[in-house]
Amino acid sequence: MAVEIEGRKTPAAPAAPPALRFERVSVRLGERLALREIDFAVQAGAFVGLIGPNGSGKSTLLRAALGVVPLADGRVEVEGLSPDEARDAFAYLPQRRQVEIDLPLRAWDVVLMGRLRRERWLRPASRADKEVASWALERVGLAERRNAPIGELSFGQQQRVFFARALAQEGRIILLDEPMNGVDTQTQDIFVELLAGFHAEGKTIVMATHDLNQAAAICDNLCVLNQRLLAYGPVEETLTEDVLAEAYGVHLHFTHRDTGLDHMLEDAHHHDGDEGPPGARLV
Amino acid sequence: MLDWFSDPLSFRFMRLALVEVVVVGVVAGFLGSYVVLRGLAFVGDAIAHAVFPGVVIAFLANVSIFAGGAAFGVLTALAISGLSLTRRVREDTAIGVVFAGAFALGVVLISSSPGYTRDLTSLLFGDVLAVTTTDIYLSVVIGGAAFAVAFLLRRVLVLASFDREMAVAMGLPVFLLDTLLLLLITLTIVIALRAVGNVLVLALFVTPAATARLLVDDLGRMMALSTLLGAVSGVVGLYLSWHTDLAAGGMIVLTATGIFVAALLLSPRAGLLGRWLRAGGAEGAAAKA
Repeated sequence: MAVEIEGRKTPAAPAAPPALRFERVSVRLGERLALREIDFAVQAGAFVGLIGPNGSGKSTLLRAALGVVPLADGRVEVEGLSPDEARDAFAYLPQRRQVEIDLPLRAWDVVLMGRLRRERWLRPASRADKEVASWALERVGLAERRNAPIGELSFGQQQRVFFARALAQEGRIILLDEPMNGVDTQTQDIFVELLAGFHAEGKTIVMATHDLNQAAAICDNLCVLNQRLLAYGPVEETLTEDVLAEAYGVHLHFTHRDTGLDHMLEDAHHHDGDEGPPGARLV
Repeated sequence: MLDWFSDPLSFRFMRLALVEVVVVGVVAGFLGSYVVLRGLAFVGDAIAHAVFPGVVIAFLANVSIFAGGAAFGVLTALAISGLSLTRRVREDTAIGVVFAGAFALGVVLISSSPGYTRDLTSLLFGDVLAVTTTDIYLSVVIGGAAFAVAFLLRRVLVLASFDREMAVAMGLPVFLLDTLLLLLITLTIVIALRAVGNVLVLALFVTPAATARLLVDDLGRMMALSTLLGAVSGVVGLYLSWHTDLAAGGMIVLTATGIFVAALLLSPRAGLLGRWLRAGGAEGAAAKA
């Protein structure tokens, strides 16, 4: 469903601003510097895997793009505008830290939340909103569970509902924070397929993830983060021994054979912090 | 039987009281859904107690207790909201200190008045049979406004309650919404004081909403049912109080509590009775196998 969003010009090749531009962005969370002088741009249509150990600032980088975390320094541009001006350009799947899953809401209600826009907070959902929400639920394979209470769905199904809510936003820039953490393989397959579809449609995707194998397999660019930007570029240029050693703080044997990567990630996993959910998949 | 309903209606004060409890029951029942969903019961109780000195001062100065209560209530709501921004003191501890202190101030102030015990009782536990038409107008206007705002903003209030990160990312001013919600609850507490008094007022918010939550799984229906239960508890409680000659405020709250207990036992979905029967059935089936 290619719905054109009002007021968007078709990106003219040379002059079009990047989807996201970070200019020397630093973010302080309490006493700690969570991001230090991040400086790079994501071109429209890129599919970026955002990788780095726990606490490396992946979530903070996404939140800086959304303009919801105060910058200590630098600036963020979204399609040449401030994040606040470009609010409707985004679709966002946040991490599940602050969700009150026990509220009496149906899957359908949650997906419809993606349709809220600032200029129509007070209005009930329109017919167009409902059509988009139906479409989104269908895309994640949950059309039949639309009336199920969100708290009674399995974890993977809940995550699919949240993904559907992001789809219902119809953003051109899709930000995903660990979308596949702890989900079942069916859900994972659905996500991978949908993301490939959106990538083919030309949407910009930035996905924070623990799963380096998967990032390498489905993304076309990687952004390696550990407070500082360690590397940004095509997978084969960024997923090098030096970069990963710097990111994860371990020296690992790296070979260009597929199995070599697995072995390396195993080690990275052991070194990882303990903040991740128990279901976190690394290999 | 019909006399049971019609007799009290021949008294003007009873008719006024009935209107008052319906208005208050509806508004508190509706806003109560938010109180229960957001886990604001303690905060609401704090506000209910903290308005007490304002009510006493207004009472002693012979001005509207609405004004006195609202002034203290709004200050308290803003203070609690502001407190949630700083993280220096644990929020519930600070609220506990402030509201107990404010309540004590109210008690000390009223002890200076000659009719101490009677006044104290009517302020603490309500005096719904003494409501005037002015009280009712105020309840309708203030309660109606609070209801309308909470109703119009329901989509954003629900999103901010359910998924704060998403609400922030979508550009909702979550802090302002939180503060607004507290203010609406405060104003409703103030208009409900006449009916049930400071000590019991929170039950009008929490109990109908908690009952509704037991019975339905859908937020829209929960809000509607909670609103209805608020009004029903008010009317039934008032009638029971009339016929038993027992305290109206207490009877209203007890009625709401009775409905809650019945729902807890009998609700088809979450009811203890049903659960017990199903558990028995499962054991029976296991025994057969």
